[in-house]
Amino acid sequence: MSSTATVAASRSGESSDVLLRVENVVKEFPVASNKLFGRSHDAVHAVDGVSFELRRGETLGLVGETGCGKSTLARCITRLYSITDGTINFDGRDISRLEGSDLRDVRREVQMIFQDPYGSLNPRRRVGSIISDPYAIHGTVDGGARKRRVQELMELVGLNPEHYNRFPNEFSGGQRQRIGVARALALRPKLIVCDEPVSALDVSIQAQIINLLADLQSELGLTYLFIAHDLSVVQHVSDRVAVMYLGKVAELADVDDLYGHPRHPYSNALLSAVPVADPNTAAQRERIVLIGDVPSPISPPSGCHFHTRCPKAQERCVSEDPALLPKFADAPSHVAACHFPVADGEDLSTAKAAIDQEDAADVEDVGSVLSGLGETPGFAGAAGGEEAR
Amino acid sequence: MSEETLRTTEADEGRAAESAARGTTTLERPQGVEAAPRRIQGRSPWQLAWERLRRDKVAMLSLGFIVLIVLFALLAPLAAVITGHGVNEQFNDIGLDPSGLPRAPNGTFWFGTDDLGRDIFVRCAYGARISILVGVVATGFTIAVGVVLGLVAGYYGKVADTIISRLIDVVLAFPFLLFAIALVSIIGASLSVTIFVIAMFSWASVARIVRGQVLSIREREYIEAARSLGAGSTRIMFVDVLPNVLAPIIVYATLLIPSVIVTEATLSFLGLGVPAPTATWGNMISEAQAGGLYQIAPWFLAFPSLLLLLLTLAFNLLGDGVRDAFDPRGDRMLQK
Repeated sequence: MSSTATVAASRSGESSDVLLRVENVVKEFPVASNKLFGRSHDAVHAVDGVSFELRRGETLGLVGETGCGKSTLARCITRLYSITDGTINFDGRDISRLEGSDLRDVRREVQMIFQDPYGSLNPRRRVGSIISDPYAIHGTVDGGARKRRVQELMELVGLNPEHYNRFPNEFSGGQRQRIGVARALALRPKLIVCDEPVSALDVSIQAQIINLLADLQSELGLTYLFIAHDLSVVQHVSDRVAVMYLGKVAELADVDDLYGHPRHPYSNALLSAVPVADPNTAAQRERIVLIGDVPSPISPPSGCHFHTRCPKAQERCVSEDPALLPKFADAPSHVAACHFPVADGEDLSTAKAAIDQEDAADVEDVGSVLSGLGETPGFAGAAGGEEAR
Repeated sequence: MSEETLRTTEADEGRAAESAARGTTTLERPQGVEAAPRRIQGRSPWQLAWERLRRDKVAMLSLGFIVLIVLFALLAPLAAVITGHGVNEQFNDIGLDPSGLPRAPNGTFWFGTDDLGRDIFVRCAYGARISILVGVVATGFTIAVGVVLGLVAGYYGKVADTIISRLIDVVLAFPFLLFAIALVSIIGASLSVTIFVIAMFSWASVARIVRGQVLSIREREYIEAARSLGAGSTRIMFVDVLPNVLAPIIVYATLLIPSVIVTEATLSFLGLGVPAPTATWGNMISEAQAGGLYQIAPWFLAFPSLLLLLLTLAFNLLGDGVRDAFDPRGDRMLQK
């Protein structure tokens, strides 16, 4: 499965362009046992065989609902977690098993921006000291030069360099996130993994941070892996987008292909959940409401992980794990892991699975409640606000 | 959710302290001198805590008393020179009345004399040295050992945590006095043995507190951020984790000092601490109590006991103040 994805991706781009190649990465967390003695063999399959490539200078968006393994994958790539299986190839070398000083060298080139601008800055340390941390750890810049560099960085991300001696609690959420960005930029990394960098911010501030990231990318030639669950943000910032579901990549495509012609039923369902600003359009359009909840990642469903909720599920989906392949006449860069991909114009909201799915009876009720909600003025107003950025 | 509330309270508190500080600076600024627009200074959580502590009258009074006792101890040789009485010098002629009993406080012997005709004032001063020395040194050792073991247990977890936690359980389950008696009877009483015994039995609670704090801090995102920057475990423990557990450690230390001082006095009283004739408050109380001498010479018992009581009280009140200063949510400060 991984090889097909690799082939598909390398066909569309030069392989020397590839900065990061993730191959079949698996991350399992052992589940604590209730037994006094002996270990439980259960594990949470947070990331379950993910493969993709990231080219220099591009932004790959990674979307999916809470708990699908996006953040775990990010932490695997930055080596905050050691992976259970697979390889992570960065800039021509395998970094998935590095330790000690080799790993430190890699950390200079791969940086991370965190989701929570409050939690990711040490409240007991001054901003200048936080941003100069990378220099202190790697011993690259010293003394007066360090302070100058930090103040340059602060200016670069739109902070007042005079605030060098302040504490994080004296800044707003957006400013704190800028501090996080400055810290990530300090070592001039090649790759920045943004783990939901704007999810904790106000909508107006989100735009500022996204524009800052975009400016920095064009200025410094950065490569981003941009994780978010906000589809419109991802559409705005990404060159390509990967949709994740329950630890696997469901679909991977250029941003216009994915938003224009989603092939995986899950991508379709996600996109249909994006709020639309115009209440009339919102009421008219079809909404795909999925059945039930996300299954437990401790025992993911067999075959296609999505088959328990998929409106197009067949017997084959239960038994056979679909590979990431181009569907229909799509470009080779547009791959989806689905046996029965969705054609353009196909109406999924009326589709019915050919296999038994639990909770099927409840769905009608949920669907009617949801469509009722869409017509209330408050809900439409909220959707409009979302779009205002 | 709770973290959210905490943050808001912290921010509010910071703002309140800042405005309060601004208020005082306006008051203190000399009239007519119009300073340039005041630049907002970044204040560390320590500075904020210190400012809160400074507004706590009881704590500041206690701190003043402690400073006084420390000066008293430091200047003990001076007290000996001024009075002309050595610490262990026996004044059988002027220090005892004709029937051989101690003299009450008077112009020569400010706190009176003891059963051997020694000057209680000078002995109290020298006793303060021992009390404070033991209090500070034993607390220092206790905190150092407790913090390092607590950090290691909390940060590394797994095997290290299991070993250290079980060790803590064992130490806390040990009968302290029995062990002290046994140890002293084997290697003999001395100042360093006293400090060692006290530190050996006190580090466990510090380690337990630190471990608990580290467990919660270890999971914070800024620790992950430090790791993603390439920081090593030692750096993370001491640069990123330690400053965040320092507040409870400082509070605990201020409350630990008085208990250590009392423990030292207890050991000395039982004859297990610093051996006579060295002047310690515990020894003096013990001597005053021996043979019921305090019934005819109450000052013999009163002065060392009173000093011990007041110093312990002052440290405890200061400790309360420090705790309030670090815990902005306590409403004690709001009522003032």
